[in-house]
Amino acid sequence: MKATDWEVVIGIETHAQLATCSKIFSGAATAFGSEPNSQACAIDLALPGVLPVLNREAVACAIRFGLSVGAQIAQKSIFARKNYFYPDLPKGYQISQFEHPVVSGGGIVIPLENGEEKQIRLTRAHLEEDAGKSLHEDFHGKSGIDLNRAGTPLLEIVTEPDMRSAREAVAYARALHALVRWIGICDGNMQEGSFRCDANVSVRPRGQREFGTRREIKNLNSFRFMQQAIEYEVRWQIETLEDGGTIRQATVLFDPDTGQTRAMRSKEDAHDYRYFPDPDLLPLSIGEDWIANIRAEMPELPAQLAQRFQNEYGLSSYDANTLTANRETAQYFLDAVSAAGAALAKPCANWIMGEIAARLNREEREIAESPVRPQQLAGLLTRIDDGSISNNIGKKVFDALWNKEGESADAIIAAQGLKQLTDTGAIEAMIDEVLAANARSVEEFRAGKEKAFNALVGQVMKASKGQANPGQVNDLLRKKLQG
Amino acid sequence: MSLSPEQVFRIAQLARIEITTAEMDVMRGHLNGILSMIDEMQAVDTRGVEPMAHAQELTQRLRADEVFEMNRRDDFQEIAPEVENGLYLVPKVIE
Repeated sequence: MKATDWEVVIGIETHAQLATCSKIFSGAATAFGSEPNSQACAIDLALPGVLPVLNREAVACAIRFGLSVGAQIAQKSIFARKNYFYPDLPKGYQISQFEHPVVSGGGIVIPLENGEEKQIRLTRAHLEEDAGKSLHEDFHGKSGIDLNRAGTPLLEIVTEPDMRSAREAVAYARALHALVRWIGICDGNMQEGSFRCDANVSVRPRGQREFGTRREIKNLNSFRFMQQAIEYEVRWQIETLEDGGTIRQATVLFDPDTGQTRAMRSKEDAHDYRYFPDPDLLPLSIGEDWIANIRAEMPELPAQLAQRFQNEYGLSSYDANTLTANRETAQYFLDAVSAAGAALAKPCANWIMGEIAARLNREEREIAESPVRPQQLAGLLTRIDDGSISNNIGKKVFDALWNKEGESADAIIAAQGLKQLTDTGAIEAMIDEVLAANARSVEEFRAGKEKAFNALVGQVMKASKGQANPGQVNDLLRKKLQG
Repeated sequence: MSLSPEQVFRIAQLARIEITTAEMDVMRGHLNGILSMIDEMQAVDTRGVEPMAHAQELTQRLRADEVFEMNRRDDFQEIAPEVENGLYLVPKVIE
């Protein structure tokens, strides 16, 4: 019997912590890493008599996200109570949205391995509050509760089951991560839990219409773990089914140490949460004018910008996508091009993705902290372009700029005497000296060894400390040798 | 619609309420009474009426994104049964 050809089906839910100063329903701070419970106010603790009041900025973040993915922004949306008991949820319910989320539909385009693109459809994105944190270790048999995180605004972003491999799931998560940072609604810090993904994974024989039973892998806080967890889960499900077993719907956790997923609890049915509209919160109304104002302030999105880089500057799709991986890099490139001129866009791109990226990487710095500013890079590339210095000397000048030895490429070229030598007489004098000192290479060249010519060029360049114009040296040397 | 004894126990369990069989019978009577009232309401023709999520015909007021709550942990923890290192302590909850 032929082995079954399995198709993998993945949907992703992401909790993006919104970049507000205060909580979604209270005026307590949201800063990470504060003393336990120092940012949990009476509303976050659910003390009697308190009322939630919605944070305008959290709603604005949701609108910004909806606009960036081409989704519907609901004119009217409803907050609902999701009821369950856990000590880090003081009210006994989480305020979330159920029937009428603030954002519906839209999609995110991901690159595929074969160079094509695929649209991942979004089901919805809704506002909700985060729960607190339970600490289970070392409290003489008790659990410790820190409610600083309780009430932190989250946007839960839910996809349709559109992904067909771990690789596609990771590509989606990366694209979403880049987007929420780009539009400034989430800092994207995965270690601190600002961007957490759950993956719903199932398998089915290829060609079958119905989905298989899914298991949900919770709290994937790195792209690498997401890839590993989904790959393990898919193998486990296929093996289980091929051994005649069945998959039971469940929530599972990924253990990075063993690389395995394990069941946490059987999944409650949605209706067990007994959602109902929260009587403490009136319906949220979002007017056309508010949406229009936010739309007018939206930055150019990465996909549009990448397209513009290709059209206006003739960059390749790879270069354009690399430069729009985050907003800081794109801005750096734009600033450099605006100083150097569009004709130098390609060298700007090459230096940013080459020399600058390599050094930042080595020094573990972000591009915003680059010691060489875009205007300085532009000044350097202008001097290479107009022949004042060679590409090799350019690297030297770049070093000097990086080490803050001068304010501009021009200042460094002048101070260190690096200007390219183009005086024919001076170059000829150097060539004469080199020819006199390297009689053997001259013989070899005359015997037909082209290699010997290159060695002589090298000697002349060395004699000029790299400052002679290499093209000029070539021409003059050949003339001399043939003359 | 009426609830079975098992459904009433299940609801109590979801609400973390422990009830005896006698209490369950009383509650089942109350809940079924409420459900039959809902059945009566369901009979009303509401076609063309927009479902409402709130009794008041108002919309949510929004707050500026400002931190105005100060740290009052000591006040709040004074009334907590048990605290340690700033954490509230509760019976162990991990499965």
